[in-house]
Amino acid sequence: MAQAEHHEHHEEQTNTGLANRKMGFWLFLGSECMFFATLITNYLSNLGRSPAGSPGPEHFNLPVTTISTFVLLMSSLVMALSVYSIQRGDLKKTRLYIALTALFGLVFLGFQVVEFTTFVGEGLTISANIFGSSFFLLTGTHGLHVAIGVLWLISLLVYSFRGGVSQERALDVEIAGLYWHFVDVVWIIIFTVVYLMQRVR
Amino acid sequence: MMSTKVQAEKAHASISTYLAIAAILTVITLAEFGVVYVAALKGAVIPILIILSAAKFWMVAAFFMHLKYDARLFTVFFVTGILLAIACTIAVARLAFL
Repeated sequence: MAQAEHHEHHEEQTNTGLANRKMGFWLFLGSECMFFATLITNYLSNLGRSPAGSPGPEHFNLPVTTISTFVLLMSSLVMALSVYSIQRGDLKKTRLYIALTALFGLVFLGFQVVEFTTFVGEGLTISANIFGSSFFLLTGTHGLHVAIGVLWLISLLVYSFRGGVSQERALDVEIAGLYWHFVDVVWIIIFTVVYLMQRVR
Repeated sequence: MMSTKVQAEKAHASISTYLAIAAILTVITLAEFGVVYVAALKGAVIPILIILSAAKFWMVAAFFMHLKYDARLFTVFFVTGILLAIACTIAVARLAFL
């Protein structure tokens, strides 16, 4: 019954019956797909165009990147649980799951900082060659999106302690969740195209 | 009453569904990691990776992002973006490699 009542909260007084903010956010995510496609395409079209002998993808550490991928996937799980909790009015669990999501996001960023620092130490920098430029542009932009997501989640957490997050305003958490999951699906593609396929090449 | 409950359950995934999806995502990620080291698969690895990656993408979008349970219009928006992104990638790839 509580679920049925909750379901009714989603009925919005709009022409479509859908929340305008959520619809706008899905349009934004659609445009973000194209944005990341340009960066992935840029990376792919520049593969193998660096001078012979200059630093390249041989510096990748696939086991470590697989672990960071797992961390990001699990962050999506706890984010989904936070949306589930707020939709049922469980603020305590919502806060816990939001905090865990932000923590997992920070761990992922930590992995990326270590990876970037190692690459730079080995001579693979953003200005080393065209591979370095396109690799750092793609993964760095994704990392920036993760960092924005972490800040968003932390602000949501602070907001919850000021009484700003409630079952009635569950859409705020849901939209933050949509952003977070999007960052995750983009990484699923980057992990495959940049890291896994590179190993096969 | 019963039909309302069934409708509501259909409208939202349960915790066990989320946990199951997370477990499947973990298994697929491990499979992706393993498959690139199997020399015998050679030419089949890239198609396998594309299929596994697409499966992960779909599972996160359908269950964690609730597209499976939400209004169809949201799926239309997202899929349109994805199709345009794929078209852009294919177009540039053709220019770059052909």
